[in-house]
Amino acid sequence: MISLDIFGIQNNALLAVVALLTGVALVSLAMWLAGLISPRSFNPQKGEAYECGIPTRGSSMTRFNVGYYLYAILFLIFDVETVFLFPWAVKIKELGAEGVISIAVFFSILVLGLVYAWKKGALEWK
Amino acid sequence: MFDFSIITNWLNNLLNSYMPAWLTTTVECVLIGVGLLLAYALLALFYIYFERKVCAAFQCRLGPDRVGYHGLLQSFADMFKMLIKELITLNHIDRFLFALAPYLVIIASLLAFAVLPWGNGLQIIDFNIGIFFLIAVSSIGVLGILLAGWSSNNKFTLIGALRSGAQMISYELSIGLSILTMVAFAGTMSVPGIVEAQKDCWFIFAGHVPAFIAFVIYLIAGTAETNRGPFDLPEAESELTAGYHTEYSGIHFGFFYLAEYLNLFIVSGVASLMFFGGWMPFHVAGWDGFNMVMDYIPGIVWFLGKAIVISFIIIWFKWTFPRLRIDQLLNLEWKYLLPINLVNLVLMTLVIASGFHF
Repeated sequence: MISLDIFGIQNNALLAVVALLTGVALVSLAMWLAGLISPRSFNPQKGEAYECGIPTRGSSMTRFNVGYYLYAILFLIFDVETVFLFPWAVKIKELGAEGVISIAVFFSILVLGLVYAWKKGALEWK
Repeated sequence: MFDFSIITNWLNNLLNSYMPAWLTTTVECVLIGVGLLLAYALLALFYIYFERKVCAAFQCRLGPDRVGYHGLLQSFADMFKMLIKELITLNHIDRFLFALAPYLVIIASLLAFAVLPWGNGLQIIDFNIGIFFLIAVSSIGVLGILLAGWSSNNKFTLIGALRSGAQMISYELSIGLSILTMVAFAGTMSVPGIVEAQKDCWFIFAGHVPAFIAFVIYLIAGTAETNRGPFDLPEAESELTAGYHTEYSGIHFGFFYLAEYLNLFIVSGVASLMFFGGWMPFHVAGWDGFNMVMDYIPGIVWFLGKAIVISFIIIWFKWTFPRLRIDQLLNLEWKYLLPINLVNLVLMTLVIASGFHF
């Protein structure tokens, strides 16, 4: 049998928090260390945006192509679909024919959604 | 098979006999954190060296060979160089988000890294929905990249971040669906459960056609997810200087660099877990003598070996295919990979229902 816990710590959420804090510690410590040993020099030109040499025009936090937004919406739909399919995938053998039929209805609605978006031209990059 | 939990249990009992329970848990958590950090950093340094050497071999160069034996210390030198570079303070940035972005990227890759099984009992986070947790946390990285691009207040970083965001969320669908296909085959989402299910035969052989299709799709999507190879247009250096991390300097940039290489390892590690049995040695059902010989090779060697071979294939892509355009990239995902993936899921359901697998 495969062992299920490291050090006998049963609570995996605790281990997830440990991993998260490790990440925070890694970034903070490295930044602190770099702040200690890295050189400092001051020049007003240094703080300018790294673009093309002449001072940048206006703010860059501005409007951008709406095409990205459309893909994000489509992603949301299909990602949520995947989330709903996961529980069925785990129990696929136990649920049997009944489960397959119910998921087929759900699945076909989403495929119809993809076909609709495709026909509407939502998948064309503009 | 050698079980790593023998060592951890022995250490646990040893610590318990000297100190109270809460202190034991604290010490163990610190040990886990330090171990995780060491594995993470050493692996990233190895991957930087590995990629440079492989790229050099593809281009008929020598690659780094001055620092240490065959350039083995080159990535350590790189790391120290990065640490002693100045952290430039910029004028017109959103300071809070600018500082937050590397944290998100590193945390996403560290959490995903902690789920991977390195050997029998050598795994840190073990939820019963392990693989699902991995997909969930690794998608936090997109947030870090978007924030980095947005907060830098630079046109190049903004375009780089948006391209990267569109690419990563699109290809995440393919990753999710091909993993879903294999989860349906395994019947469990827990990582040790998936490894145990491949005791007699790795999934890529057991699930034959649908598993192979899922693997190919996973490999393509994984390459796109790590912003590498033919899909490196978020940081297309000929058009966007360096993409979303243009404005980061010194070690601040190093975090993105680190996370990028670790994501390469995580993608390869998940491929080896889902399709090639993770740390499970190569077994053939019925060949008991052969299986016992294979058991003598430690699980960690199997896992790292498979992951490195898959990483090699992903690095190989980079030198084989030209870079895609953004519309070609999104077409590939939405008009080819996603429909193929949906059909493949139906195919896998049929294979499971008919029992036509090994």
